[in-house]
Amino acid sequence: MSRESAFSIPAGRRTAQTLIAYVEDQPGTLNRIVSLFRRRGFNIESLTVGRTEREGISRITLVVRADDDTAHRLEANLYKLVNVLQVDDVTHAPSVTREMAFIKVRAGQDRRAELLQLVQTFRARVVDLGPETIIVEITGTQEKLDGLTEVLRPFGILELVRTGAVAMHRGPNKGGSFEEEIAADDGVAA
Amino acid sequence: MSSQQATAQQMQAAPAEDPARKTGAQIVWEVLTRLGVDVVFGYPGGAIMPAYDAMPGYPIRHVLVRHEQGAAHMADGYARASGKVGVAVATSGPGATNLVTGIATAMMDSSPIVCITGQVSSSALGSDAFQETDITGITLPITKHNYLVSRAEDVAPTLYEAFQIARSGRPGPVLVDITKDAQQATAPFDPHAPPRSLRRRRPVLRPRPEAITRAAELIDAAERPLIFAGQGVVASGSSGLLLDFAEKTGVPVTSTLLGLGGFPASHPLNLGMMGMHGEAWVNASIQEADLLIALGMRFDDRVTGKLATYALSAKKIHAEIDPSEINKNVKVDVALPGDVRRTLEALIPCVQPRTRKAWLERIAGRKGEASRRDVQSMPSGGKLFAPHVLHDLWRLTAGKALVVTDVGQHQMWEAQYYKHERPRSLITSGGLGTMGFALPAAMGARFARPQEEIWVVAGDGGFQMTACELSTCAQEGLKLNIAIINNGYLGMVRQWQEFFYNRRYVATPLRSPDFVMLAQAHGLPGLRVTRREEIPQAVERARAEPGTVVVEFKVEQEESVYPMVPSGTDLREMIRRPTFEADEEEA
Repeated sequence: MSRESAFSIPAGRRTAQTLIAYVEDQPGTLNRIVSLFRRRGFNIESLTVGRTEREGISRITLVVRADDDTAHRLEANLYKLVNVLQVDDVTHAPSVTREMAFIKVRAGQDRRAELLQLVQTFRARVVDLGPETIIVEITGTQEKLDGLTEVLRPFGILELVRTGAVAMHRGPNKGGSFEEEIAADDGVAA
Repeated sequence: MSSQQATAQQMQAAPAEDPARKTGAQIVWEVLTRLGVDVVFGYPGGAIMPAYDAMPGYPIRHVLVRHEQGAAHMADGYARASGKVGVAVATSGPGATNLVTGIATAMMDSSPIVCITGQVSSSALGSDAFQETDITGITLPITKHNYLVSRAEDVAPTLYEAFQIARSGRPGPVLVDITKDAQQATAPFDPHAPPRSLRRRRPVLRPRPEAITRAAELIDAAERPLIFAGQGVVASGSSGLLLDFAEKTGVPVTSTLLGLGGFPASHPLNLGMMGMHGEAWVNASIQEADLLIALGMRFDDRVTGKLATYALSAKKIHAEIDPSEINKNVKVDVALPGDVRRTLEALIPCVQPRTRKAWLERIAGRKGEASRRDVQSMPSGGKLFAPHVLHDLWRLTAGKALVVTDVGQHQMWEAQYYKHERPRSLITSGGLGTMGFALPAAMGARFARPQEEIWVVAGDGGFQMTACELSTCAQEGLKLNIAIINNGYLGMVRQWQEFFYNRRYVATPLRSPDFVMLAQAHGLPGLRVTRREEIPQAVERARAEPGTVVVEFKVEQEESVYPMVPSGTDLREMIRRPTFEADEEEA
């Protein structure tokens, strides 16, 4: 009954929630979204932005740590941003989620063979190979990336960068028609 | 600026030769005229000068404010009094930042205003040019939406869209920042083309039929239900429907501060205001209720008190146009997203007519004790008590005035003792609690309601925050009745110091100018009232004057607003005024 502020939800009750927002590709749109998260105390785990099949529309994949109610309020808040065209919560929907990472690992001659075998086991790729280091590229679920990171840690991770997750519904396309020219006075809710 | 430079600038801003093209500055006024705007509140400056230069050709009245905060409040007051969009105009930099408090006020209370600001030329954007400020960045979290327009051809579609966003859905402020070169450049403009803008599709929210059915079942089954009327009832024009709904279901109605007037105060089912300064018997009834039917309100902390113990025995139905408000503070059992009007239209046919005699009697049973604690039962004894002023003002105006209040003790006494019978008869800053709101908001309201009796009620502190607008009031020849409730303190803060800070009155004693002389300095009549007996004559005199009158009420200094739920405590734990019998015994 008491207010579950996003600031105060016990960590144990939060799970990773994944939302897809289709937004107008305009200056300031990302700023509005980030500002909303900051102001309402939603914690962004990852955020990726990129173009879509439609010109002028960008797609943002958001992963937040929150319970389901908080995710619903987040979705409702996103809809209040004029430049946000559509929001899909794919947390509980059939969907594919992937993330990519580069991991730069210390790789002396003595342990290099062992290292390359691990990389192969994870179906990762070596994209740079130097005398002292290699860069591993991996694409997969968050768990898979976490797993590889753990096994590489003993070798000495020098640098690590993750892209954040991107997600897509399985099956027929969910995208609708986002906008149309309408008379300014027809009373459609903004 | 040399005269040569000035001439060069004027030439730049001169009307375009080609009749099918207009300057961005002209397009601003073309669009506003077509949207039915007949008054704007503003203050000129460098970056908005092209727009001002083009203004005289259009049938729009401009009100020159003394500070841009006043312009935003005037637009807000106009909007709240009329239900239409109010417009404020300011220049870049300090002109724009001075609007900020007014914009935030409009945002918190969902008031539809459009603020048009000038901006430095697009070539200078980002260079920290003279009077450049990132006003779209600054106002991002306190506007429903905002725009930076840097091309003349974008002026018209942006303004059409801005108005639509401001007034649709849950209304709110929109800011349109227009660079100086966009005002000066020309663009094709067809005055006969229908107003069009590229808008996003948003489904119009309405409750699902199952939710309406479920709500009706809960209402029919409830033994101790209450209706909560919020500002959404007023904003959606649903006062008549609320009356039908309450009378059919027999459910009593309590209001939020901004909901006052949405249900007639004299109606037998009316309970008045809830929350921090609501009647104790109303708050006790909320804690005892088995069903809350919340219409167009947001369970603000001033309404709920401590959430962990709030209305635990009640199921909750929440009709609200903004779905992000549902389940925000209070978990609800039935969510009815959408316009309150549509929701009530759907709900009323589904509920059974019935009466609730036992519940109403139980609520009424608590009133008797309250009336003995009511300051209105207290003899004035030659003194002047602020609650008596508000009560007498209500009686003398037959409850028919439009009252615009500031923020603080007088605001709560107004809410308690001025009985509002109709929607939009009280204008007050609820969510943001902006001192200095009353005078400019009332000036805006005057343009929306030219014939009605308007009373500004402000404290000595708040009045001085925007007292400069008295000068605007005099220049524009507006008729307002201004009641300054002067207790020599920042009264509400003093009250909290009395209750919660062991009477340490830090920074709350306030010395004011002679308000009568201040009025006279503006060429306006000023009156002073120091005894209750003088109130009727002063009110009559103020009403009779053709122009604005300032009436200063020198009231008791250490009077407090009762009852009071201390911030963050259970609604039942109210600080009560001692009963008068007890007072007399102590004396």
